[in-house]
Formats: sequence, structure tokens, C-alpha cells
Amino acid sequence: MDFLLQAENISKSFPGVRALNNVQLQVKKGTVHALMGENGAGKSTLMKILVGMYRPDEGSIYFKGQSVHFKSVHDAIQSGITMIHQELLPFPDLSVAENIFMGNEPRGIFPGWINLSKRNRDAKELLERLGLKIAVNQRMGGLSIAETQMVEIARALSNKAELIIMDEPTSALSDKETSILFDIIRELKREGISIIYISHKMDEILHIADTITVMRDGEWIGTYPATEVSQDKLISFIVGRELNTIFERRNHKLGDELFSVSNLDGAKFKGISFSVRSGEVLGIAGLMGAGRTEVVNAIFGLEQITAGTIKVKGRPVKISAPNDAIGCGIGLITEDRKRTGLVLSATVKDNMSLASLKKISRGPFIKKRKEVEVARREVRRFAIKTPSVNQVINYLSGGNQQKVVMAKVLLNDPDIIMLDEPTRGIDIGAKAEIYKLINELAAMGKAIIVISSELPEVLGLSDRILVMREGRIQAELTANEATQEKIMQYAMNTTGYNYQ
Amino acid sequence: MSSLKANALSAFLIKYGILIAFLVICILLSIATPFFFTSQNILIVLRQVSINGILAIGVTFVIITGGIDLSLGSVLALTGVVAAGFAHPDTYPLIVPIGLALMTGLIIGAANGFIITLGKVAPFIVTLGMMTIARGLALVWSGGRPVTNLSPAFNYIGGGDFLFIPVPILLFLLVIILSGVTLKYTRIGRYIYAVGGNEEAARASGIRVNRVKLFAYILCGLLAGLAGVVLAARINTGQPNAGIAYELDAIAAVVIGGTSLMGGRGSIMGTVIGVLIIGVINNGLDLLNVSSYYQQIVKGVIIIGAVLLDRRGG
Repeated sequence: MDFLLQAENISKSFPGVRALNNVQLQVKKGTVHALMGENGAGKSTLMKILVGMYRPDEGSIYFKGQSVHFKSVHDAIQSGITMIHQELLPFPDLSVAENIFMGNEPRGIFPGWINLSKRNRDAKELLERLGLKIAVNQRMGGLSIAETQMVEIARALSNKAELIIMDEPTSALSDKETSILFDIIRELKREGISIIYISHKMDEILHIADTITVMRDGEWIGTYPATEVSQDKLISFIVGRELNTIFERRNHKLGDELFSVSNLDGAKFKGISFSVRSGEVLGIAGLMGAGRTEVVNAIFGLEQITAGTIKVKGRPVKISAPNDAIGCGIGLITEDRKRTGLVLSATVKDNMSLASLKKISRGPFIKKRKEVEVARREVRRFAIKTPSVNQVINYLSGGNQQKVVMAKVLLNDPDIIMLDEPTRGIDIGAKAEIYKLINELAAMGKAIIVISSELPEVLGLSDRILVMREGRIQAELTANEATQEKIMQYAMNTTGYNYQ
Repeated sequence: MSSLKANALSAFLIKYGILIAFLVICILLSIATPFFFTSQNILIVLRQVSINGILAIGVTFVIITGGIDLSLGSVLALTGVVAAGFAHPDTYPLIVPIGLALMTGLIIGAANGFIITLGKVAPFIVTLGMMTIARGLALVWSGGRPVTNLSPAFNYIGGGDFLFIPVPILLFLLVIILSGVTLKYTRIGRYIYAVGGNEEAARASGIRVNRVKLFAYILCGLLAGLAGVVLAARINTGQPNAGIAYELDAIAAVVIGGTSLMGGRGSIMGTVIGVLIIGVINNGLDLLNVSSYYQQIVKGVIIIGAVLLDRRGG
């Protein structure tokens, strides 16, 4: 038996869309099989078919050599296929052991009873097998995202999973946490467990995967051994065209200082001072939890500042709420578009105009026709793919949602634009468009602050880079002197720790 | 092609499901009892629903922000006895009892709003407490006795006609129009949806979330005050025990009308149809001599059924 999983000629349509067309996927036992493709390429649909959430219109799936037809996620789990979703959904107020065995508790002496001691013993064993130092009676809500993910893996193992699907497992992990995850993945491989690994992060995939399958527009493009394919080749397979450079090198003149902060203190940061000039892109690099998000949130009035001054065009300003910041000409594109960027139940138009309704109002009344006009103009300007401005935004892809958030913030015409992880979880095509837009804004003379955990992104965009660690600025590097290695040195406590 | 048509049909049914349900109920009742579809009976229904309607519209605003107001029935009683206390014949001009009742409603609403926003207490708890407080205040103010002997001018608000239309209906209509316009065409209306849809995103968009919530609770209290005046004027009495559980009828109407209790979604027209459905059912079953015991069962079934219908759409 060569393959653990064989999916052949899978097709699936939804009303109006052909999501998958004749797709195939073969996963060998004990290997990591990466699945790549832009958002909307059909990766999620294929995975949902594998775990029994959807049924394919055509095609067949063989697992352990037998044809399978899962009717539910429960069926798939029973057979040994488990998926770990990007957005983890633990029970925060239950213990780690309770979470691991939720729905699969060892039986006690009476019907409906749980064998508590066996459950805790088994949970402990599973965590030790993964090399984790997490107490089984600890409250789940107290764990970090990385630890939560590890517990999810333990949960998969408790179900005797032979194939674990991981959807963007590192999107919220620091490099150090990623390296721990990779150690665990290697351990799972040794035990003969196979992994389907979905990620947008090229270097990670080339590092951990044995085989790579690329999908585009619902079609299977190809399957390649990871050792025989280059990063550039992969990108061209994914986007379907040669992508020379996603970062255009800019060379425009910097103007006067537009924005500065000095000695800002807050709950998660201390002594933050920096300035940004007109036309300049300032990057802020650092690991998760370094305090970067907290700094921009505090500047924008979303969090408390306990000391320090903020100056806009040389004049000190007082910001106690986002409304004040917007009034000072500051815009913030927040880190998590679903949590703080968008009203998901509202339409594209309503989301877009939300922050700038005053500009299109007469007295208390919204000029409805003007609002539609503006929304349509922005949809064209940002090339947002939506059937209409009245589409509920929840139905748009991540990249298009992000463009709506940017349009919303930019409609206020801010002079100082802060972008917190502007390309998280969006595909390469949309990323390139957002980079282009950032460069255009800089060329227009805006002062721009970009937070990013993706080092190539920070390096490609910024004129100057601040590196933060533990709530403080550790270094300020010019574009010329900055390298990935240098940034990581300052960002991490122990030098030289890297998953590569 | 035919599946496209079926899709369009189901979209239509989902969008107008409640309206269609209302029309179907009306047609059935018209067939069952000829008196139902007479102008006389229609006015009776509208007058009956106007108080619940005014309350329901107020609480629609609160529910769209993601909150709830359980104090409505008690505020209705409190503002009713306050108005009645100043509405004895030959004492104060009409504006005094009305103004004081509205002011009382507004203050209670503001108290709810401030405690919820600044005190960060769950709306359910705050308004549950306020339900008892307002009821107690109504009993204290009236000494536990109905406040009677009210001026004819005051009673006109509840029982009079203006251009052949009962005044409560006119007030209800006015509230529908003003609140509908506010919710649909003004910034504060849009902010109410945004706050209920995603409070964090609303805040990050520069919206002063606390002010928006405060507005909703104040408006809700104010409208409860108006409803209190109408009720007192209609029964010619300030009744401190009036309006028990009225908030539940109001919330039921809002829910039947498709407003989500999670916030972010809903409309005044939906609430009005919800109010009418409850009113028409009560009236129709009365006309058919169905015992009021059964009426309660029917009402409950309709509340749950309406939400089930809505769930399948959303």
C-alpha cells in the first residue's frame, strides 16, 4: 500500500461556482504534504470534502486503500482523519484534559460516567508524547495560541488520527513557537502519521514539506517533491504567471517630519520614541507579543497611554479615543479585520463609509446616493471583487475584505497611516496589490507605519525599520543595513535561535 | 433556468416571509370571520397594538445595538402614574403631565444606558434591576393606588379621534415614521447597526460607542414614557400595576419582525409587522371566541415559528 490517502477526480460545484474541477491528491504515509494556492483556489473545499463536511459531486476517495464516503466530520474522525482549523475553538473554561477528550471521554463504571483518572492519565501521556509541558488540569483559556494548537494536536492523537490536516497552523505563531510545532510534526512523521499542511508561507513549506501540491482556480496544477522545486517556480505555479518582483523598489524623496512620539508608556510598552516623515514607510518588526500592536493601538486611542507625547506636524495632540485620532489625520488598519476591522453582517458599502459618514452627510442625514457613488468608485479603485456594493461583506474573500478595510480608513484621507499586519492570511496576488498601494500612498507624501511579522515584507516595504522586543524598541535600522538575520537578532532574546 | 427562478422565489420568500405570513393570517381571519376585515375592526386592532407598538419600536433600537431592555413594562406604569398625578382636571396645562412623563422615561433610559456603558454591566442585569426599581417608584408615587379623576383633555390622548382616526394610532404612526427615518437615513441609525454588528470595529472606525448605546436606551425610555401616557389616558387611570410583562410582548414583536437578538440586524418595518401579527392574532382569536388560554399558546408558537423561518433565511 503506497498511499494513505488517494482522492481522484474530485469535482464540486456550488450554485453559480465550480469550486473544484477534477482535482487529485495523494498523500503518502508518514509524510508532510503541503497544499498551496491563492485564497479561493479550492483548498478549503477539498479539505472540507476530505473531512466529511461536504460531499463531492464526482470523484472517489480512498483512505488506507478502501473507498470511503464520509457523511459527517464524526465519520472522518472515526476513520482517522482530523482537521485542525486555522481559527481554534477550544472550550476556554474547561481543563486541558477535558478539551482533549471532549466527545471521546473514557467510559466510567456507570453509563454516562467518565473515568476521570484514566482521562487525566491518558491526557498527560499524550502531552508528554508531544514533548509539551502543559498541566492537564490547567484551564484551556489560560494557554497561548501555540499551546492551544498543540492541545488540538493531542486531541487528534487521542482520536487515533492517521492523517492530520493543518490549516495555516503558524499564522498566529512566533518563529520560536513555529520551530516547536515543526519538531512535533517531525515526531508525528516518525510515528507514521501523515500531515496535510496548508500555508501561504513559502519558506516554511519548503522547510517542512516532503511533497507540495499546488491548486489554482479549483484545478489541480501539479504535485512536486519539495526538494526539486524552487520558491520562484512555486510562486509562478500559484499565481499562474511569472512574478518578477512583488516589491517595487521605490526611490522617492522624503519630506518633512509629519508624526512623532516620544517616551510613550503603556500597559505593554515603555519609552517608545520615533518619528516618521512625509513619504516615508517606517516598518516595525518583532515577534508576537513584542508590543507592536499595542503601540499603534494606543496611538490611535484604542488603548491607554500612561505617559509621553504624540506630535502631529510638530504640534502636540491629545488622543483619548479613535475619534480624536481620526480628527488629527491618523488612520489605523487594524490587525484582525474580522474582529476590529469589519462589521461582517453589514454590506460592502456600509463598511466602507462607516468611518467617514460625516463627510457624506447633510445634518444628521446620510446622503444615500453619494454613499453608493463613493462605494462604487472605491470598489473600482481597489479592484475589489464583489457582485455589488450591497453584498454582505462576510461573503468576500480575505483579500477583498482587507481592501474594503483599507478603503474605509483611506476615505478619511489621513496623512499618517498605520497598517498592522496588512497582508495576514491573504493570497499573493492581493498582497502585491496592497504593497503597490502602500507605495503609492508614500509617493503621495503620506507618513506610513507598517507592522509586519513577515520579514521579507518589512524589508521590501520600509525605508527604516524599528525592531521591538518586550515592549521596547531594540534597534532602528535603515533599509540598506537591515537584513532578516539582523532583525531577528534584535527581535529575539537568545541570538541565533531560528527554526532553520 | 428553472432553478434560477426557484432561487429568486426563495430569496423573495425569505425577504418578505414575515409580511407574507401576516397577509396570510389576515386573509384566513377574513374568511373565518367577516367582521375582521371591516374598517371598524381594523381601527380597533390598530388602537390595541399602538401601545405595544410604541414600546416595541423603542426596544428595537436597543436590541439592534446588541442590548435588551426589560424595564419597559415598569417604566410604562411609572410614567403613567406620574402623568396621571399631574393630569387632574383644572390643575396643570396638558403639557405638564406629558412632559414630566416623557422626562421620567428619558431619565430611566439614561440611567440604564449610563450603568450599562460606564459601569460595564450586562444590559439584561441592569434593566432587570430597573424593572423592579421603576415598579417600586410607581407604587411609591401612587401610594399603591390607581390615580384617577383625570382631565378630559388628558383622556383625549388615549380615547379621542383626530380626523376620524384615534389619537394613539396617530402617535404610533408618527413614531414609526420618525424612528424609521432615524434608523435608515441618519448617521446615528447607521452607528446603531455598526455597534450591534461589531462593537470593536465600530470603535476603531471612530464611533463613540457609548454615546450610541446611550442614545438607544434613552430613546427606548422616552418611548416607554409616551406609551405610559397613552395607556393612562386610554384607561383614564394611572395604574401602578399596569404593564406587567409588556416588555416581553414588545421583545416578541421585535423578534417576530426579524431583528436579531445578537444585534446588528433588524428594521422598524419588521417590528411593525411583528406588532401587527401579535395584534391580529389576539383580535382574530377573540372574534372567533377562542379562549384566551389558547391565545397564549398560539402566540408562543408564532414567536418560535417566526424565528425558525428567519433562521432558515439567514
